Amino acid sequence: MGRSLKKGPYIDIKLLTRIEELNRTRKKKVVKTWARRSMIPPEFVGHTLAVHNGRKFLPVYITENMVGHKLGEFSLTRTFRSHSGKKSDRKSKIK
Amino acid sequence: MPRISGVDLPRNKRIEYALTYIFGIGLTSSQKILQKTGINPDTKSDNLTDAQVKKIRDLINDEYKVEGPLRTEVQMNIKRLVDIGSYRGLRHRRGLPCRGQNTRNNSRTRRGKRKASPSKKKS
Repeated sequence: MGRSLKKGPYIDIKLLTRIEELNRTRKKKVVKTWARRSMIPPEFVGHTLAVHNGRKFLPVYITENMVGHKLGEFSLTRTFRSHSGKKSDRKSKIK
Repeated sequence: MPRISGVDLPRNKRIEYALTYIFGIGLTSSQKILQKTGINPDTKSDNLTDAQVKKIRDLINDEYKVEGPLRTEVQMNIKRLVDIGSYRGLRHRRGLPCRGQNTRNNSRTRRGKRKASPSKKKS
């Protein structure tokens, strides 16, 4: 189910203000965030965000193509090492 | 047998359904096309006049993205997801369902035929 258009995109306000501050001062800094549900607005492009995956912060470099996706899509929460079986299979399956 | 955008239409079918043999044209768009061109959807595709075929062909060329170009567009969309490293892209790369379906069972369309389950180790 998509989000109602009436409401507009959900963007984490705290994060947005911090990024806009960086944009104004023309600085690049890695911003830590837990806001996985936040949509990526065009303002974020070119920044690196450290998105929490429940355990640690994964650095995500925002490119133009990512606009409109949610931050959480780029910070995986699960580690799957593959099922038991041949050892040779196991290595190849990790990402 | 009329040829439209690189696809042979089946002979003995009503044009309404014959058009759906083109990739990118389903029943809805097929009906819309016939409505716009004013062709009776009950006509068998063999019995179309050349003028009617031309009408359909022109309409599809102008307003629809079908076959090759449509396929490449779909591929590009998937490639984009894969390239930006999103979760959906990863699922595409692995050949698993990417809309949150369960994968404990089923999802055979995406995962393909069952592989022989690995033999259990004797303890």
